[in-house]
Amino acid sequence: MNAPVANKLVLRRSYFEASARARVAAVLDAGSFREFLPPEASEPSPHLAVLDIPGAFDDGVIVGSATLGGRPVLVIAQEGQFMGGAVGEIHGAKIVGLLRRAVQEKPAAVIFMADSGGVRLHEANAGLIAISEIMRAVLDTRAAGVPVIALVGGSCGAFGGMGIVSRLCSAIVMSEEGRLALSGPEVIETVAGVEEFDSKDRALVWRVTGGKHRYLTGDCAELVEDDAASFRDGAIALLAGWQEPVPASSTLRAEQARLTERRQRFAGLRDGLDVWQALGVAEPRQIPLMDRDSLVALKKGLPA
Amino acid sequence: MEKLEFRFPAQPATPAAGAALCGVVGSGNLEILIRPGDEADTCVVSVKTSARGFGRIWEAVIAEFAARHAAGGTRIAINDMGATPAVVSLRLGQALGEYTGGVQ
Repeated sequence: MNAPVANKLVLRRSYFEASARARVAAVLDAGSFREFLPPEASEPSPHLAVLDIPGAFDDGVIVGSATLGGRPVLVIAQEGQFMGGAVGEIHGAKIVGLLRRAVQEKPAAVIFMADSGGVRLHEANAGLIAISEIMRAVLDTRAAGVPVIALVGGSCGAFGGMGIVSRLCSAIVMSEEGRLALSGPEVIETVAGVEEFDSKDRALVWRVTGGKHRYLTGDCAELVEDDAASFRDGAIALLAGWQEPVPASSTLRAEQARLTERRQRFAGLRDGLDVWQALGVAEPRQIPLMDRDSLVALKKGLPA
Repeated sequence: MEKLEFRFPAQPATPAAGAALCGVVGSGNLEILIRPGDEADTCVVSVKTSARGFGRIWEAVIAEFAARHAAGGTRIAINDMGATPAVVSLRLGQALGEYTGGVQ
């Protein structure tokens, strides 16, 4: 188990720093990926062209089929480096089309590598509609019995509409480096002022949106290292025993009650540190310094 | 955005793939898509770039690429977000390497 540190460094391929195409190649079974609408067949965004901004051939998202641990999956991977992974009309249509295909084909899962600040503001209503169509398509896919697993560990995290989409998925696999929330830190600071939230305070940003926080609060199912192989293993482990629940209003009501109770319980807390203390963590200040395995062990010992 | 078109004579390329993509349209970066062209001894390049006024530098970088590589018979499309000339040269070589199956 205790391999020399140098070896570990050689073997690790940062998921955070990888491009979407590199993630697709590293997370799925080697050589199994077949892209739908590859760059030479796809269309760049017409909205960006009107605004005189260069588009990307694939409009910042890659969709296709592959196998993961030998099981057939459909795959979505957003490219965070292009316009912050933001969802425009074509970008959204590719995702919705893939999810609808999943409803018909019923693969073992859809793997959704989210890396996005949300709606592409340049595309205004088309982007907003795209996000709402993705939300509906995720729920339709799950209702058809196909789990949708979100992987969140890219440089843009999952914010805005994509934060909602990620939480609508069956489960989320996250790294400490990943971030997940609704309004992004800069949005909150712009709207409510620096006293409310200092978006330059990166440690604070991660204490309230980062992977460790989301893992402790139960918003993500698995916490993994920032390593494409760890995301792969995390997704395979999640799927191994996964049974997509049949949608029922009683489960929705129970979830609503749980979230309402959580909101009351943590009301007025200003920082992840306060939330972790309320969750029963004896030394919250140690959390940001802990490695992944220690944090997973710590969570197991917390009161339910 | 500025749109530029270039045509340079070049030794014919031997493709190993139907198309090759390299890079990402991110800040200081660019993506390059190489597809088969119509004329075996010509390299046709179309550029869309967010940085205006650098046409002569693009011309010099692509002319040097076409002179040094067997890049004929290709149609190269570039989406640029302010890559430096060195990055453009590197990506052109990388994309052609993938297209001809030589370098990954």
